[in-house]
Amino acid sequence: ELLTHILDGGPERPRRRKEIEALVLNDPDFQHEDLNFLSRSQRYEQAIRKSSLMVMKLREHGIADPEEIFWFKSFVHRGRPEPLDLHLGMFLPTLLTQATPEQQDRFFMPAWNLEIIGTYAQTEMGHGTHLRGLETTATYDPATQEFILNSPTVTSIKWWPGGLGKTSNHAIVLAQLYTQGQCKGLHAFIVPIRQLGTHEPLPGITVGDIGPKFGYDEMDNGYLKMDNFRIPRENMLMKYAQVEPDGTYVKPVSDKLTYGTMVFIRSLIVGDSARSLSRACTIAIRYSAVRHQSELKPGEPEPQILDYQTQQYKLFPLLATAYAFHFVGAYIKDTYHRISGDINEGDLSELPELHALTAGLKAFTSWTANAGIEECRMACGGHGYSRCSGIPDIYVTFTPSCTYEGENTVMMLQTARFLVKSYTQVSSGQQVAGMVSYLNDLSRQRIQPQHVAARTVTVRINDPASLVEAYKARAARLVEAAAKNLQAELNHRRSKEDAWNRTSVDLVRASEAHCHYVVVKLFTAKLSEVSNAAVRAVLTDLCLLYALFGISKNTGDFLQAGILTSAQITQVNQHVKELLAVIRPNAVALVDSFDFHDVHLGSVLGRYDGNVYENMFEWAKKSPLNKTQVHASFHKHLKPMQAKL
Amino acid sequence: SVNPDLASERQTASFCVEKLTALLDGGAEKTRIRRAVVEAIESDPVFSRENQYFQTQNERYEAAVRKAVHLQKKMHEMGWTEDGPEYKYIYRALSGDVAFLLHRVFMRSISVLGSDKQVAKWIPLATQHQLIGSYAQTELGHGTYLQGLETTAVFDIATQEFILNTPKISAMKWWPGDMGRSATHTVVFAQLYIHGKCYGIHPFIVQIRSLQDHSLCPGITAGDIGPKMNFEHIDNGYLMLKNVRIPRDNMLSKFCEVRPDGTYVRQGSQKINYFTMTTVRISLIADEVVIPLMKACTIAIRYSAVRRQSKLKPGEQEAKILDYQTQQEKLLPQLAAAYAFHFINDYLQELFDRGYREIQRKNFDMLPELHALSSGFKAVITHHSTAAVEICLRACGGHGYSLLSGLPSLYTKILASCIYEGENTILLLQTARFLIKCFMAASAGQPVPPSVTYLAAVKPGKCPAKNKLDFLSPDIYTEAYQHVAVRLISSTAAKLQDLIQSGVKKYDAWNQCTVQLVQAAKAHCHYIAVKNFAETVENLETKAGIQKIMKHLCDLFALHGIFSNTGAFLHDGYVSAAQMDMVTASYLDLLAVIRKDAVPLVDAFDFTDKNLNSALGSYDGQVYQRLYEWAQKSPTNKMSPAYERYLKPLLHNTLSKL
Repeated sequence: ELLTHILDGGPERPRRRKEIEALVLNDPDFQHEDLNFLSRSQRYEQAIRKSSLMVMKLREHGIADPEEIFWFKSFVHRGRPEPLDLHLGMFLPTLLTQATPEQQDRFFMPAWNLEIIGTYAQTEMGHGTHLRGLETTATYDPATQEFILNSPTVTSIKWWPGGLGKTSNHAIVLAQLYTQGQCKGLHAFIVPIRQLGTHEPLPGITVGDIGPKFGYDEMDNGYLKMDNFRIPRENMLMKYAQVEPDGTYVKPVSDKLTYGTMVFIRSLIVGDSARSLSRACTIAIRYSAVRHQSELKPGEPEPQILDYQTQQYKLFPLLATAYAFHFVGAYIKDTYHRISGDINEGDLSELPELHALTAGLKAFTSWTANAGIEECRMACGGHGYSRCSGIPDIYVTFTPSCTYEGENTVMMLQTARFLVKSYTQVSSGQQVAGMVSYLNDLSRQRIQPQHVAARTVTVRINDPASLVEAYKARAARLVEAAAKNLQAELNHRRSKEDAWNRTSVDLVRASEAHCHYVVVKLFTAKLSEVSNAAVRAVLTDLCLLYALFGISKNTGDFLQAGILTSAQITQVNQHVKELLAVIRPNAVALVDSFDFHDVHLGSVLGRYDGNVYENMFEWAKKSPLNKTQVHASFHKHLKPMQAKL
Repeated sequence: SVNPDLASERQTASFCVEKLTALLDGGAEKTRIRRAVVEAIESDPVFSRENQYFQTQNERYEAAVRKAVHLQKKMHEMGWTEDGPEYKYIYRALSGDVAFLLHRVFMRSISVLGSDKQVAKWIPLATQHQLIGSYAQTELGHGTYLQGLETTAVFDIATQEFILNTPKISAMKWWPGDMGRSATHTVVFAQLYIHGKCYGIHPFIVQIRSLQDHSLCPGITAGDIGPKMNFEHIDNGYLMLKNVRIPRDNMLSKFCEVRPDGTYVRQGSQKINYFTMTTVRISLIADEVVIPLMKACTIAIRYSAVRRQSKLKPGEQEAKILDYQTQQEKLLPQLAAAYAFHFINDYLQELFDRGYREIQRKNFDMLPELHALSSGFKAVITHHSTAAVEICLRACGGHGYSLLSGLPSLYTKILASCIYEGENTILLLQTARFLIKCFMAASAGQPVPPSVTYLAAVKPGKCPAKNKLDFLSPDIYTEAYQHVAVRLISSTAAKLQDLIQSGVKKYDAWNQCTVQLVQAAKAHCHYIAVKNFAETVENLETKAGIQKIMKHLCDLFALHGIFSNTGAFLHDGYVSAAQMDMVTASYLDLLAVIRKDAVPLVDAFDFTDKNLNSALGSYDGQVYQRLYEWAQKSPTNKMSPAYERYLKPLLHNTLSKL
């Protein structure tokens, strides 16, 4: 309970969260058949039904706080995406931030009342993360004072936007603006796509669903093709950049501002990494306490599989990771809110670092969580593969976050760009601040290189603070190595881009090491904030496990840089195993602290009461193949075959 | 017409693609037969997988049953037989999308475990599909650990019958394929009781559905276990038995028999039993693991040659994503692994054929080694390939996430292979047990099987490489792998002994070392895989550029393994920090070299477009057009009732009242 409060940031929030949870879960309108048994069209229909209800009930209950709306929505949809996500999460906010007052008058209230349902159409078939490559055009025609929108190639068809396929009647479309014969880059336009009333696509608009995906069954991710589709000049979002009636283009003041939104969304993904991994851990650890298998001691009853070292070695480091990411997510969110105050006052100085940090952490946490969820599933053996385990669903819902809002490798390289820049600054004698300040030490070391080896013995593997130093040294060394390799390539007189590309594997490694250091550092810093001794003790074990396990998985980095000796590595490996045994008695309590309701967890294996096998049987009986005792195929195919042979 | 971005890739191939295909098939004649089978299957509309991604579980199941029935006809028509050269290509041509796969396991288990009389009775019935069989081993509560199964078979002398029961819920049979809806019979594994004494697990033939109307037999509860990550076409089932009586003759009794008076007789050696298990593990590597991996590589690499993103040089066209080092670093090692696993599979197959001949001569000497190799490689290859397919999926960005890319289905299918036929961690521990035993024997100067003789010749020392080119020498890297394997096995063995000598019970010591044991077993398999790849390359013909490109792939496979596991090689200073930088340099250089041949290297796998069933991976590279066309066929693009029912009232202002 206390731990739950720490994760939630105080006792008040879990209380209110539980109220909202009860409000949703006790509402018969939100009940439906298990989604695993429905077809995609049916799942879409259920989601639309619930979303419509949700919007009405939110207003009935007078819930308006963004966080409470988020909880409500997440209980209604059980943490799953839904067709109105883009309307609520992108269309409305974009109107608020980028529309002129006049545009807000025209669009905001209808959109708030859902007469207009909108989406945000940026990604195209041929281009995603690389925005400058987008090909949709909006050409201004001063004669009629309209923009003419076109999808000039197959690759320029808008592809993937959520809610675009079937749900939305408007879209904010990002297109290359052409006026007075010149391309002015990407701008946003409000485009009606379906007829109000009939919901039929408008002439000049081709729109539909992009077909089945790995997950996101309830989301109608869509395509949109426009042929000489005209919209009035006033439909360009013109709070910043403007096109005047005669076609004159007025430039925006600063383009750094769009960073803010990206930082915000990426910080949400860090939180989502923590949540998704926590859910998978909850399922796998509870199930491992219920499942018995084989024998540890001859003649004794079969032990819980959670007692096997190999099973603990799979799951407990992931549990520690889930905790670590919770704290990282909270940190980024707080930092964002702190800095966004400065931004509103025009102070953008901290933005580049925060931007670099969230890009890297978004990639680092989503990659780790993605792999971790799969490990949890594998740790549940065959039953993990059944959809009743709930883990397949968590995985397919989570895995696209490695791609959306910035492809992870590209994100890592953005962080690397910042790291290299900081390194260059340090090399030229300047000091750098913030999370990269460790690079300052590098210049000091260069003066006394013989002392590098001397630091080796100072790493104490039982002390989180000392491990932070070890991670710091590793990050410093990898950043330095990447920067030097980059310089070497440049010295070969390669072009800047070519040299960058030839160093990019090193650069990604450097970014990963940097992010890893940040996570260890933040987790360690969190420990001193915990006042309850028992809770602090268990969190310290988790923190140590996280840090030591990370070393044992990357021993090469620590050995090669001379940060740790082989003997210390052996100790680290040994200590990891000792920690597994220490954490074992608390394992179930530690996942209970995540406080997921059974309905939210959506897993037969992860039930709070542990009655796994009975409920698997009950669940299976409802499967669509079991609707009839003798399947139709018997009469159609099997029987005729038997008769013939 | 072929997308020019893909066409240009093919013009610069450094080797002859057709020759490489023949090498993979084991000769040009086999390539010809395979293509003929694929052609016959793909030209038949019944076998089409065109709409597969749009179908529900019920539709997929029905299609699979229809295909299975039609296949019987087709084989007859084409004159294909089960022991003919065409047979093994049928499954590949169908991409496994067919029902009654367990029927064959049913037949094999009767052939192997049944008496001559039982074989004579059941096999003809099964061959003519008078009955449909399944194989019911796994239970809700137990999988890989067979002794833990809880189903019981009690012998009743009075009626000369066995009485089968599912005593509790965790004893329910769960997962067997074809059992949920199709099967009429199944081989049930149950604990045999005679006069109240338990004799362990034995196989029994049990009829579960009527041969007339397919209804369940008395005492039987059976059905489908519900949706899974994949295998929607297979009706994996559950089975509950309540006082089901079967005649004494239904216990498969080649090795164990219960006489009419209740005497239990064991005859012959059960070792052959293990051999069946090991052969199944090896046989799944090619069809269920290596082929899906090759498909995933084909899709991801072709797509990466078509997809352009961002500019590498200012003012130029956007670059193919395959030209980015990070993309190469994701995909090319997976391609190298696909080749490595193909060759290790050849090696294992050969070893098993030899083992089979020995066993028929009643010589069981090779069994422990075969068992260890099959367990270890099943685990290592399935694990590695599963991760590799996922890397391919994610390397295709957003479009990889679409089912139409084909990658999600390849992934969800291949990942099941990490669990079935023995959970990977447990299998690795079995291999480790063998390795520890052999290490002890070798240390004591006793003879050990050929694959582990290296344990006897431990040469302490340092890696002799002086510059990065030295790491392109197979001797250098093979020895490094060998060194790591020996180090991990010997240090774990030493730790085990220490623990035992300090008074820790043997089983406790074992559990305390399992994490290390797993690592040791992996290192052993990795070493054998590298060694085998290097030896295979050495014996290839030098013509047509094949040997040269295979050597590059072998180097890449080996160096990627070192690069991604540097700690193991640095640990005792065998490879120095400076040498590790050379490894990295050589490794990254290789990516650029193999990049040039990447598309021809996947073309050589020779998958037809229908077989790949991917909008991203087709031969002509017309990715975007195909994606757009296929999406329009999606059932979600028919007008959904959701609009009338929910959206319309929502849009039409029901809310303005609020």
